[in-house]
Amino acid sequence: MLSPFRFLVAYVPKLHGLAQVRYASQVLPQLSAEKYNVKRKNYANVHNSDINYFKSILGEERVLTDKDEVMPFNTDWLRSCRGQSQVVLKPKSTEEVSQILSYCNKKCLAVCPQGGNTGLVGGSVPVYDEIVINLMLMNKIISLDEISGALVCESGCVLENLDTYVREHNLIMPLDLGAKGSCQIGGNISTNAGGLRLLRYGNLHGSVLGLEAVKADGTVIDCLRSLKKDNTGYHLKHLFIGSEGTLGVVTKVAIHCPVLPKAVTLGFFGVKSFENILELYNSAKSSLGEILSAFEMADNTAITHTVKNLNLTNPIADYPFYVLVETHGSNEVHDGEKLSSFLEKEMQSGLILDGTVTSEPAKMHSIWNIRESIAASFLVEGYVFKYDVSLPQKHYYEIVPKLKQRLGDKASSVIGYGHVGDGNIHINVTVPQYNKEVLSLLEPFIFEEVSKVKGSVSAEHGIGFRKPQFIHFSKDSTTLDLMRDLKQLMDPNGILNPYKVLPDTN
Amino acid sequence: MSRVLVGVKRVIDYAVKIRVKPDKSGVVTDGVKHSMNPFDEIAVEEAVRMKEKKLASEVIAVSCGPAQAQETLRTALAMGADRAIHVEVAGAEYETLQPLHVAKILAKLTKDEKADIVIVGKQAIDDDSNQTAQMTAAMLDWPQGVFASKVEKSDSGLTVTREIDGGLEVVKTKLPAVLSADLRLNEPRYATLPNIMKAKKKPLKKISAKDLGVDLSPRIKVVSVEDPPVRQAGSVVPDVDTLVAKLKEGGHV
Repeated sequence: MLSPFRFLVAYVPKLHGLAQVRYASQVLPQLSAEKYNVKRKNYANVHNSDINYFKSILGEERVLTDKDEVMPFNTDWLRSCRGQSQVVLKPKSTEEVSQILSYCNKKCLAVCPQGGNTGLVGGSVPVYDEIVINLMLMNKIISLDEISGALVCESGCVLENLDTYVREHNLIMPLDLGAKGSCQIGGNISTNAGGLRLLRYGNLHGSVLGLEAVKADGTVIDCLRSLKKDNTGYHLKHLFIGSEGTLGVVTKVAIHCPVLPKAVTLGFFGVKSFENILELYNSAKSSLGEILSAFEMADNTAITHTVKNLNLTNPIADYPFYVLVETHGSNEVHDGEKLSSFLEKEMQSGLILDGTVTSEPAKMHSIWNIRESIAASFLVEGYVFKYDVSLPQKHYYEIVPKLKQRLGDKASSVIGYGHVGDGNIHINVTVPQYNKEVLSLLEPFIFEEVSKVKGSVSAEHGIGFRKPQFIHFSKDSTTLDLMRDLKQLMDPNGILNPYKVLPDTN
Repeated sequence: MSRVLVGVKRVIDYAVKIRVKPDKSGVVTDGVKHSMNPFDEIAVEEAVRMKEKKLASEVIAVSCGPAQAQETLRTALAMGADRAIHVEVAGAEYETLQPLHVAKILAKLTKDEKADIVIVGKQAIDDDSNQTAQMTAAMLDWPQGVFASKVEKSDSGLTVTREIDGGLEVVKTKLPAVLSADLRLNEPRYATLPNIMKAKKKPLKKISAKDLGVDLSPRIKVVSVEDPPVRQAGSVVPDVDTLVAKLKEGGHV
């Protein structure tokens, strides 16, 4: 998939004059501290003596202090956040991570652990001058058990590289997402990333067999077992899955890889209404059963703008909604029979208005590419407010027309797309330029709506820097208190990824 | 109105990583995903557009190969071809099937079916021969418009724009004629569901090369198939002077 940075650069020349000016104004996003009005907490400042200490353990080359070199590590790829860190550390081993944290903990220096920096809630970039610990050099594959499918690797491995590696051994990674070419497995685990095939292969709390993490004081927690079953005491690995680097830094991972499907087929359909999508989903579940691997939807605006902005080809004509159905199976003939009886039935019933179906890798890739490019394609139209929420499926799409009505012509587009099978919708609101008026119309409105139907304010993107003030819409105060107790226990000085996940108490 | 014959070949999908057999006799095809040769897809699209523009009355898709070639033919039918002919060539014979044989088969079928335009992809992405169109034209003694990036009907026949080194060449041919499709001739459509369903019911005739009186004994022997050389890893140099010195050392500047 496209690396977000490459994407922005690659599309600059194609923009017309006006957009180019807009792009220029985005070159340096506003400082997060100013934009979101955050006060610096009482951490120590980074001194030359600290830099020298880091250089003594990592060497000159793995301590970045040059302003231009540090810049990309301060900015998230949505360009909605910019931190003020002056130093980036690139450890190569768990021991180095441990030494760094132990030192920072003693000196009360705040740190920001960072993977591929593809997060969407500002969790992966510093807010003030937190020291960035980027894990990109911890990219070694340690072992692969072809019988159990257990892959053990360091946390800085890029997801797509791991997938390419395990495919050579007839396995696949249990998760797949648009950012796979840049995101790192450690970041995926720390944010409990979901992605396109969660419906089939489950989420990371199931796939991660074990992990190794470093606590704030430098203690290495070794839960790196690759067993499917291991009921020996508290399941501590789960604390590091989805805690966004606030409880520890994940350094190694054992993850279960499912078998590479021998037969893959992809269908792309036009559908009349969201109600029909839900009916089609139920029908796909019962007709396709165990081979169903993804069930995704996107509304008309999401697809037509993506196709236009990125100069892609929509395989079918204009329809109010689009659905993408994928199957993973072991026998092409068997899967083909199931799929064609499903398609014939639903063409006749009218749930599918038109569509295309293919098992050619190149064609499947082009169709997936449209779906995976939606997130990035709207960036060329201006500033994008992104929401990622879980809702009971019957309420899944309701919020999009509500928002359209609420925003009127203040927004250039409001789109909804996502993983219907998991009840997870992505809502993107595009405006020509970031403005607080639209923000105030969106927040907390969206979260209140989600809360009303007992949804989640963050389905797969996490809480990060952008959403702690909304976490209470999904978590009650006793739960939040227990989270704070855990934080206090594992990181008493609060040096790990501050300003993120947990809301301030005052 | 013309009747169009389109040649389609089943090849390893271009997104698949190719592996050479250990004995170097060819590449591994078992259990590997196959698709229609992309240039042939463009040829089918062009033929179907001719029919849609009422320049052609019928489109016949032809494929030479094992039983699975029928899947490729079904794809052509789903794209809009009217009927298909599968010339079954299996096993060892298929491994040594060469452009000359295919050209003879296509020429014979063209006469039998009374087609007056033959379109094939300019080359197949597996053997990269780029010979079938030219040989077919020779066998039929018809004019050829190969590497076509644009085909238009003119009073006396066809006007074909060809992509050649350094630019475009426009040629006029009389009909009947043989064409080969280049990459920019068109963008092939996706087969839509109703058409995929319809394609299952369209006629598909199976015949053998023997029925056509074509001798398939090989004229060329493949000596060995090798992997391309592995690119050597690069190295990081500390400064420009070292880079220049290294380039000089390697005789590059």
